[in-house]
Amino acid sequence: MPILGADMQAGTLVAWRKRPGDPVRRGEIVAEVETEKGLIEVEIFVTGVIERILVEPGQTVPVGTVLAMIREEGAPAAAAPPTVPPPAAAPGVAAPAPIALPTPARERLRISPAARALAARLGVDPTSLLGTGPDGAITLEDVEQAAARARPAVADRQAQLRQTIAAAMTRAKREIPHYYLATAIDMHAALTWLAAENARRPVPERLLCAALLLKAVALALRDVPELNAVWAGDRVVQSPAVHLGIAISLRDGGLVAPALHDADRQSLDELMRQLRDLVRRTRAGSLRSSELSDPTITVTNLGEQGVDTVFGIIYPPQVAIVGFGRVVERPWSVGGQIASRPVVTATLSADHRVTDGHRGGRFLATVERLLQEPARL
Amino acid sequence: MTRDELRATVLGCLGEVAPEADPARIKPDVSFRDQLDLDSMDFLNFVIALHQALGVDVPEIDYPKLATLDGCVAYLADAAARRA
Repeated sequence: MPILGADMQAGTLVAWRKRPGDPVRRGEIVAEVETEKGLIEVEIFVTGVIERILVEPGQTVPVGTVLAMIREEGAPAAAAPPTVPPPAAAPGVAAPAPIALPTPARERLRISPAARALAARLGVDPTSLLGTGPDGAITLEDVEQAAARARPAVADRQAQLRQTIAAAMTRAKREIPHYYLATAIDMHAALTWLAAENARRPVPERLLCAALLLKAVALALRDVPELNAVWAGDRVVQSPAVHLGIAISLRDGGLVAPALHDADRQSLDELMRQLRDLVRRTRAGSLRSSELSDPTITVTNLGEQGVDTVFGIIYPPQVAIVGFGRVVERPWSVGGQIASRPVVTATLSADHRVTDGHRGGRFLATVERLLQEPARL
Repeated sequence: MTRDELRATVLGCLGEVAPEADPARIKPDVSFRDQLDLDSMDFLNFVIALHQALGVDVPEIDYPKLATLDGCVAYLADAAARRA
């Protein structure tokens, strides 16, 4: 069970997309896992063959539990795969409903083609079900109910997400010595360029201001790379890649901050395309495991809620979070004259064990400088 | 396309963006942002959905005219009349 964020303790295996004997390639989706952050697609990080599945759909297991045995490409087939003991119940997670394991000698399964197809689609193992139809036949309702049991109800998921956020933020406030900086940024150049750019673009290719802000943050991290890092207990580990965690609010409450990978290397068009896709999939509850485990810094934008200034709390083990408020017209000195300019307040909350205000200030100054030349982002 | 058809199309596009929204409960004169908590990404997706459904290219400067259901229908009806 992959760890999809420092705050995750357990996950429920919902479905396998592969069977024993199936070849798998690095990066391929092999399973779906339900967490309080939604349904997550689990990627594989080796190429090989699935030898044995160890956790069945419906089981809730702690992070780190081996889900399946994979023989890597070129490795000899294992004569007898090691038996992994069943995992202990995860702390704070209700024990899963008992699941009857498949019985090889069982007689032919009484299940209609429609129910079998539904079971395959929902990732339910029909051999684990007790049918309620005539002569114990497995009905569509049996399959639907089994799938519903495997996925926590929306209300339960919201409560779990709230608990998860509470645990992570409590830990962050307790353990991380935050410092906070804010800079007001003139957005005249950025918004003027954006309006002209969008006026000539077809609707599906238009950009949002958020794409400019994210790109500026990603590029500024090249200048102050110590903010793009994780705290590994007693030392900081800088990341060579910039994976921005984008704080995305969920429609039924709570938020998730999945990774927008390699944001510093994306063009604005590509960044915008990926951002749209990430927001859509986050709200639909279909993220990939790497998107939850990879962020190296978080960016949150609360401007649309009317917020002027964001005082963010760092999401461990990251060491910084960047916030943006709303764009407001303010009096601004331009060439010695007072003019009205659109201004946004950018903030940085950073871990004082890793950086100090001098470096944090440099980072915000770089973001500001980059936003004055939007065509170069 | 009649106004009723336009209204149905607008509600269909909204449904793509905010699937949890109940079309029957959308107040025609209250902004979508206030009713459905749409953000700028949702709104862009809504404009893209309208573009794909009706072939209409709404310039950014006209976005405020699409703030409500009534506003949308009126704007799209005008746009259709201009194109006819």
